[in-house]
Formats: sequence, C-alpha cells, structure tokens
Amino acid sequence: MTSILLPEAEAEIEAIVHEAAGSKSPLAIHGGGTRDIGRPVQAARVLSTQALTGITLYEPSEMVLAARAGTKLSEIEAALKANRQRLAFEPIDWRPLLGTRGEPTIGGVTASNAAGPRRIQAGAARDHLIGIRATTGRGETIKSGGRVMKNVTGYDLVKLFAGSWGTLGILTEVTYKLLPEAETETTLVLEGLSAAHAVEAMSAALGTPFEITGAAHLPGSPSQTLLRFEGFSASCAYRRDRLAAHLKPFGPVTAVEGDASQALWRPIADVTALGAAADDAVWRISVKPSDGPAVGARLEAELGSRLLYDWGGGQIWASTRDQGDAGAAIIRAALSGGGHATLVRAAHATRAAVPVFEPEPAAIAAIAEKIRAEFDPAGVLNPGRMG
Amino acid sequence: MSAILMPKPDERVLARRDAIIAGLAALLPAASLITEEDERRAYETDALTAYRQIPLAVVLPETTEQVSAVLKFLSAEGVKVVARGAGTSLAGGALPTADAVVLGVSKMNRILEIDTDNRIIRVEAGVTNLGVSGAVNHLGFFYAPDPSSQLACTIAGNIAMNSGGAHCLKYGVTTNNVLGVKMVMIDGTVVEIGGAALDSAGLDLLGLVVGSEGQLGVVTEATLRILPLAEGARPMLMGFQSAEACGACVAAIIGSGIIPVAIEYMDRPAIKVCEAFAHAGYPLDVEALLIIEVEGSEAEIEDLIGRITTIAAAFNPSTMKVSQSEAESAAIWKGRKSAFGAMGRIADYMCMDGTIPTGCLPQVLTGISDICAGYGLQVANIFHAGDGNLHPLVLFNANQPGELEKAEAAGADILKLCVEVGGCLTGEHGVGVEKRELMIHQFNTIDLDQQMRVKTALDPKWLLNPHKVFPLEGRPV
Repeated sequence: MTSILLPEAEAEIEAIVHEAAGSKSPLAIHGGGTRDIGRPVQAARVLSTQALTGITLYEPSEMVLAARAGTKLSEIEAALKANRQRLAFEPIDWRPLLGTRGEPTIGGVTASNAAGPRRIQAGAARDHLIGIRATTGRGETIKSGGRVMKNVTGYDLVKLFAGSWGTLGILTEVTYKLLPEAETETTLVLEGLSAAHAVEAMSAALGTPFEITGAAHLPGSPSQTLLRFEGFSASCAYRRDRLAAHLKPFGPVTAVEGDASQALWRPIADVTALGAAADDAVWRISVKPSDGPAVGARLEAELGSRLLYDWGGGQIWASTRDQGDAGAAIIRAALSGGGHATLVRAAHATRAAVPVFEPEPAAIAAIAEKIRAEFDPAGVLNPGRMG
Repeated sequence: MSAILMPKPDERVLARRDAIIAGLAALLPAASLITEEDERRAYETDALTAYRQIPLAVVLPETTEQVSAVLKFLSAEGVKVVARGAGTSLAGGALPTADAVVLGVSKMNRILEIDTDNRIIRVEAGVTNLGVSGAVNHLGFFYAPDPSSQLACTIAGNIAMNSGGAHCLKYGVTTNNVLGVKMVMIDGTVVEIGGAALDSAGLDLLGLVVGSEGQLGVVTEATLRILPLAEGARPMLMGFQSAEACGACVAAIIGSGIIPVAIEYMDRPAIKVCEAFAHAGYPLDVEALLIIEVEGSEAEIEDLIGRITTIAAAFNPSTMKVSQSEAESAAIWKGRKSAFGAMGRIADYMCMDGTIPTGCLPQVLTGISDICAGYGLQVANIFHAGDGNLHPLVLFNANQPGELEKAEAAGADILKLCVEVGGCLTGEHGVGVEKRELMIHQFNTIDLDQQMRVKTALDPKWLLNPHKVFPLEGRPV
C-alpha cells in the first residue's frame, strides 16, 4: 500500500526527506500525477506537492511570475490570460496521450521540461525558467536564479533542475519569465507532401525572417504540413503573403487564421494528432531536423509506426506495438547518426524492462551520476526514474 | 592595494616549474608553449585591469587532443589551469595566479560546419563572437548573443560567462543559443554534451556548463543556433527629463505586448561621453535616453515605431528621433557599443553588472547616485532597460591613492542594493574574481555549498579556474 504525503511547507518537506535519507526509504515525487513518464519508481511512499500551492509573485509589467510547485497550471494560465500574457513554451497537457487524470502542476511542467511546437522559436521550459527553490536529497532547501531576466550569478542550477524529473530535489517554488500573448496567428497549410519534402519546406520557411513559431508535418492522406506565425494582424498578413510566395515550389498554400489556426496546434502540442491506438507505445524522438524523414521512414517500414513530425522535423512522435522492447532496438539503431529517443508511453512492465531515456555515453552518464550523488547522496528521490 | 586578494601561490608548484614546462613541451608544438616572462606578461590580466599576475606558463593548444593531453598532465601534477578566450572578461574571469597555467583557446579558431537547413553552425571555441555571425551573414543568418566586446571576445568566453548583449531582450543569452559543446574534463576525458538536436537525453548538463566560468571543464568546440537575419532594423532615440518617466515608458511599451529587439538606457553623464566619442546625434539636454530598436519589414517597422511613439507620448519625451538612414543607425549603435571604451578615455572606471526588477529602476538609480556621492565619486549609467541589467560605471582615478578602493567599495554597495531589491550581482559579466566575496549577499551557505559540491564532483582537486565565483573562505579545499 502506497502512502501519500502532502506537505504544506518547505520545512515539512525537509523533515520528510531527512527521515527518508536516514532510513534509505525512497520517495516517489509527484505533482499532479499527470506525467507518468520514465522508469517506474519503486517507493512505498509518494511525496506530492499538491498542498504546496499559490502564486507568490505576479508582476505583469515585469513579465515575471513565481508560484509554489503544486500550483495548478490551469490557475497560472488563467491569471496570465487576464493580462494577455503566457508561458511562451506551450506546456504540454499529457492527459489525453497518457490517459492520466488530475491537474498538471507548474512543478511538474518544470521537472519534465516539456515544450510544445513553439519550442523552435521560443525555447523550452528551461529557457523561460529564471528561478527555483528546491529541497535536495540532503533535506536542505536551496535557491538558484531569482526573479530577474538576466542572471549569471553562480552556477545555473535552474537549468539543471529543469527536466531532472525529481531526481535532484523536490521543486518547491519556480519563477518564470513571461511573454505577451500574440494579437493573432496564422497557419499556412501545404497538402500532400512526403515527409522529406515537408522537412525541406519547413526548413525553407524556418530560414526566412518571418519568425515561424510552429512547423509540423502530419502524414496521412493527404498529408498536411503546417507553418504558424504570430503577432500583430498587419504583420501576420504581410508574412502570410511573403511566405506563401516563398513556398510556391512546394505546391498550393492555404491560410488558416486566428482561432481556427489555434485549433490546429493543440492536438499537435498534446500529441493526440499522432492518432496512436490506445494500447500502442509512444516514443518521442529528437534529431537534427534534416535526419527526421530517414528516421521516420525506417520506423514506418520496420515497426509500422504512425508518425507526427514537429519542430521542423526535429521532433518525431512515433507509435509502436507495446510488445517486447516496443521497438527500442530498431529506433535507437536508427539514431546512430545522433539524436535520442524517449519511451513516453508504454505499460509499466515495458518501461521497467526498456531504458525509457536514451542510454548516455559512459563518460556523460558518469558525470550525471556524480552530480546526482551530490544532490541526493542516499538516492531516495525518484530513484531510477531517469534510467 | 585592492580589496580583492588572491591566495599565496603553491610553492611546491613554483619549485617544479622547469619540470612542468618540460612536460608541457613534450605535449605541444613549440609555438603553443609560452614561457618567457615578457611574453607571459600579455596574459597577466583581462579587461579587469586592476588585478595582474604573471602565470607560470601559457599554453595555446591547436586541437582538442592537445587540450586533453595538457589537462591530463597538469591534473596529475596538481597544477591549476585558467582557461582563457580573448581576455575580455570585466569580472577577472581569466585572471591567473603565479602557480597556474593559462590555457588559451585562441589557436582553435576554425569554423567547422555551417548548416543553414538545420540552422546550426559548429565552431572551435576560439572563434570570435562576431566571427560566427560573419561566417553566416552572407547566407542571411546571424548568431544572436552580441556582447559589446563581440569583435574580440570568443565563443569559449561567451559560454563560460553565459554572455548576453543588447539584443538578448528578444533573442535570449548564450545559454538559449548553444545546442552542444565538446568539452575536456580536468582529467583529460573528452565529452560531447548536446548536439545538433534541440534537446538531449538526461540531465541538462549543457545548461550547467554554460555560465560555469571555466570551472567545470574546457570547452573546445560548440554547436550554436543561427537565426535568419531580420528584413530590416531601425533604432530610435527617445529622451526624457527624468529617470522615472523613462522607466515608466519602458514598462508601458513592454506591457503593451511589444518586445523590441533592444531597449538601451543611458543617463546624462554617459550620453555626454558617448556623444563626444561617436557623434551619434544623442540629445545632450536630457536626463535619460533610450535607444529602442525594432525589426521587420519596412511596413512592420513603421507600424511598431508608430505604436511605440503613441505609447511614449504619455511620458512626455523631450526628444523623439527615428533613424533615417543606415549611417545614422550605425552611429547610434556605435555610440552605445563603444560606451565603455569612450568612458575609459576620460577616466578609470569599475563597470558594475547587477540586474534589478525593472519596476525598481528609479529607486535604484537614486540609490546608486547617493552611494557614489557618499564616496565622492562620479557615476555614469548605461544599461539594458528592457531586462533590468544595469551597468553603472563608477569613475575614479587610478593614480590617486585610495581611489580604486573607494570605487570597489561603491561598486560593492551598488551590487548589494541590487540584491536587496530582488535582483542579482551579475546579469551577464559573471562573478569572476571581482564579485566572489559578494556572493554571500545573494546566497546563503546552503546554496553556496551545493554549488561548490557540483564543482567538486567534476573537478575534485579544484584545479580549474579555482579562485573565482565562490568566496575564498568556507571552501571545501
């Protein structure tokens, strides 16, 4: 029977971690519990940040927001929306893909460092995160960064914590810089391109000064290649015309504006556009964009994968049968030229048997291990979750 | 004597100097080893010239393999290593000690690969910042971080210090524009961190390395993001009769949803000196001047300038002037980018680099002026207003005994003020040796200990650029 601990303050978390480290009894760290990703953690107790809530700072004129880790993402997004601001990295809502319930928290967004289609232009969570507080496996609460946009004071532990999946410490408070919402957006759609042509078209568009904030390719019949830009309406109209002319060699272009454009991107961000069967495994593959089509073709041929290309071809979502290694050997062999693959969705048994995250070269793994040992010497925080 | 001290050199290392040099000579081409005192002197300081120390020796390797061999040898010998790019650090990041070997990356300056389809460039770490943009400008691309020293400073130094620049309001700083590095650890191990993809598996080691001030490893190659050049860009000048009005105007522009590529601020003393140097057409009768640059097509530029002008009108600017030509734009930026050099012609100065919440701007400017007046010193303020990164230049006369110490004390008080209002000690220059002892004002012992544990994990004997970043007292070694 798993027991759930719901501390309401850093001091309580420190006490829990002290005790856990002393007795070498591991803790599984949860936010909203919507991201069941990574190696399953064997722990008798769950430490949930759900009772550690509240926006602690929001200065719209300074474009900065801080919140305790368990604050619901929906609460933060509502506060930002009221001031026409946003977290520019387009946080992913994992619930539709993973079939999880509950409410994503800002701590979980940070610990997973996920980002949607706007990653290509705006960066990931790690690029917008400017400050953290976290209780390490030593039971000590540290801070790094702060609330200002430019800060090189000391080591950037902020970046190290983004995407650390609760293995270095328990995030207790995070501070993000914000960006204004765009006045409007436009998506240009090309139909019927092969993946190889689509990546060429996306590269051509991303090489223009028109500030593309989404570049995705949905195979299918017909396939759709989508290019998004955002900004003031006059500027979007100008870029629409220039970009359409630029993309003429790739075929006819249709423009989708405003709300209709927005509706195209949510399923891409949340990966429902992949259309994976309910019992399929789902991989996220990150490669050099021009390598994307060849990797995708191999997965289609050898694993019968459905594919979704995002980030101009640099991020591929792929379905595989959730059997055996769920395609791990073939996928990772396809990445011998560089890149990495994460098994985002699969049965616990599969994820316990297959390295969920790309195995690292020995020298890098050794560095990561040394660093992790300095933060969590007893190895009690989400042990094994990152492999 | 300056307030900043370096520890006594290790006599055992000094005594073995000949053997250490002989060992290095066996690993390097003759032209890559500098041992003569007059040649070593060129490496005794960086852009924080108040501190000088001739190093034990200087090595200028040509390849990653040579860097690896040198580090393996020096770590076995227990000799400290100070990695150096172009020596433009304003924080003393490349300041050596008498018992340390300086490892300069200046000979590793090749562009290795340009890939516009994937919008990346791979370079050796000794390439200059401007050299990266220069290699891709003709293809319609550029490298975004643009520190004022970009003509000289290297990518190695930019990565060490996580350098910013005037245009990072829109494009981010170094850490947002680096995709991968090849790095040599202190024991000679060569690792590749990140690569051509937008992210990598595992912990974000790249994020840790960028900004670690040469204390975790020596970066020899980097894969950088390049971005398409904007269709056009135009700066405008806006003068105000008070810092308050100017600061409020900046907040209103950003609050309206416009993110200009740059919003630079100068106060009256800075305007006067820069105008005398660059003839940029800056107004001399204002208390505060903004340079605001917008980008895009001609129509987009017109539109944005129109929007900004309308917003600014509410704050009664006494000057509002949009650049009318390429030449005028170049002059406007020349004035700003040469500000530190221009100031150096009239006085010695300490350049501070704190960041503050932008809402505290008027209060902090008053505080800075009071602090400097208290020490009987002049100050000129130049900074990146959009992100609150301040560069107060505390002016002094180095030939006047006691003035350097006063300037250092005033600088320290200014940085403490930045921390008190919720900001930080350094926004883009790094801690180096200069702000090392001030770290206790921003971090407590627990925070600092954890950072130092990271250093210890990757450099157990603290041989890489050891006397920087952390206060000398309270260290693990």
